[in-house]
Amino acid sequence: MQKYSFFSLVKNALSNHENWDLAWKDPTPKKEYEVVIIGGGGHGLATAYYLAKEHNITNVAIIEKGWIGGGNVGRNTTIIRSNYMHDDNGLFSEFGMDLWRRMSQDLNYNVMFSPRGIINLAHSDAQMNTYARRGNSMRLNGIDAVLLNREEVKEIIPMADFSENVRFPIYGGLMQPSAGTARHDAVAWGYARQADDMGVDIIQNCEVIGFDVSAGKINGVRTSRGDIKAKKIGLCVAGSTNILAEKLNMTLPIETHLLQACVSEPVKPVLDKVVTFGAGHFYISQSDKGEMVMGGDLDGYNSYAQRGNLPTLQHVLTEGIAMMPFLSKLKMLRTWGGIMDMSMDGSPIIDKTHIEGLYLNCGWCYGGFKATPASGWTFAHTIAQDRVHELNSGYSLNRFNTGHLLDEKGLGTKTWIS
Amino acid sequence: MLYIKCPHCGMRSQNEFSYGGDATIKRPELGKEISDQDWDNFVYNRKSLRGKHWELWQHISGCRQWIKVERDTATHEIFKTLKANEEISL
Repeated sequence: MQKYSFFSLVKNALSNHENWDLAWKDPTPKKEYEVVIIGGGGHGLATAYYLAKEHNITNVAIIEKGWIGGGNVGRNTTIIRSNYMHDDNGLFSEFGMDLWRRMSQDLNYNVMFSPRGIINLAHSDAQMNTYARRGNSMRLNGIDAVLLNREEVKEIIPMADFSENVRFPIYGGLMQPSAGTARHDAVAWGYARQADDMGVDIIQNCEVIGFDVSAGKINGVRTSRGDIKAKKIGLCVAGSTNILAEKLNMTLPIETHLLQACVSEPVKPVLDKVVTFGAGHFYISQSDKGEMVMGGDLDGYNSYAQRGNLPTLQHVLTEGIAMMPFLSKLKMLRTWGGIMDMSMDGSPIIDKTHIEGLYLNCGWCYGGFKATPASGWTFAHTIAQDRVHELNSGYSLNRFNTGHLLDEKGLGTKTWIS
Repeated sequence: MLYIKCPHCGMRSQNEFSYGGDATIKRPELGKEISDQDWDNFVYNRKSLRGKHWELWQHISGCRQWIKVERDTATHEIFKTLKANEEISL
């Protein structure tokens, strides 16, 4: 594979950029693979990459119904953070932060990781206490956290509403300085390119029709491009998890919901942090192009539509304007929706299943993008070693049965509770 | 915007309603001995179908009644609404 570098850029400039290698091939599916990963999103691609890189398993296929980068990996708001209170979430995400920091070098692909920091705003004394507690938990797990008072927040984001007579005055905030954003498409493309180079077959436009299961063991998968045998199959399909689970006669603690995001017209640099509103659910950052990237609540009802309704968007942006009044002057450039695999406690599942050789990676709720490397790394480990890693041991499927829920914020499917 | 025909009040906008999830889930009978798995299925496990889906909504800014709605989760088309005590015929 051609390495991307300054020299290769110059060399190819001389031939009008007409001789670059394809970033990944378009292979015909083979009859059999050692591992088949269903779902060519960020998590699936990362899983295949770490299977090859960490476990030397390269006889792998990724099968994707659509195209690489067309699902949630291309629809998120690109936020990367590890500001969790619970150990299971904090340690998992902080492991991911290390992978993020090295990712551009690892993948030889500029993922534009920008550790600009995230601030969660607090709007009451009680919320400040909660943030102090979460910040302390984070620091105990080696994650950077800074509790800011009102004046300190005002220094950093003076454009927020600090006037006296507001419904939700800003008391302060919790900042994770090492959090940030990255170019989401580049993450998918970078993983795809490296996985392909190590021998993984990336098979696009290939829909799963059914599974071949006998005697409690998985033997393969039936697809729109023929049957493929595999000893091990990993499910990494986010919003389509319930659809595939039905084909496997499984009922999961997952509901499929719609989440919208939007960007404004591009404006000059105004916001160099990711900021979240603490009295509702709204988050904002500014992209390198200058667009304000915003998101918030689910639409609130089961949906596979990949497009949103206006009432939720209005609700979310009302919160945004309450937090940063200047947003009301901006024109909206684009809005879109993605379908989320909402788990019942708001935390993901990376685990084995009752079917031998079938592995499950789902339940990412609002936080799938930032988990891409850690999810891929731990899922690859779970598949290759046939046992969960310490890092994803809390993300078990049976925790709902045993009562060991990971209710970080309680933000599962039931948004009205939060 | 969804428009939902409340069986008590008629056609109203989505803004007046709040969502209550899968309407086919039944609470295990009171006083009956059930397994952890049965309880798990009632509390957490959901089919979350793509296509026609019977679900509960509450007309929270209207008559405050819970109702059952048959809606397509892929197109958002609403086919039928029932009062809470009317049985779904699948």
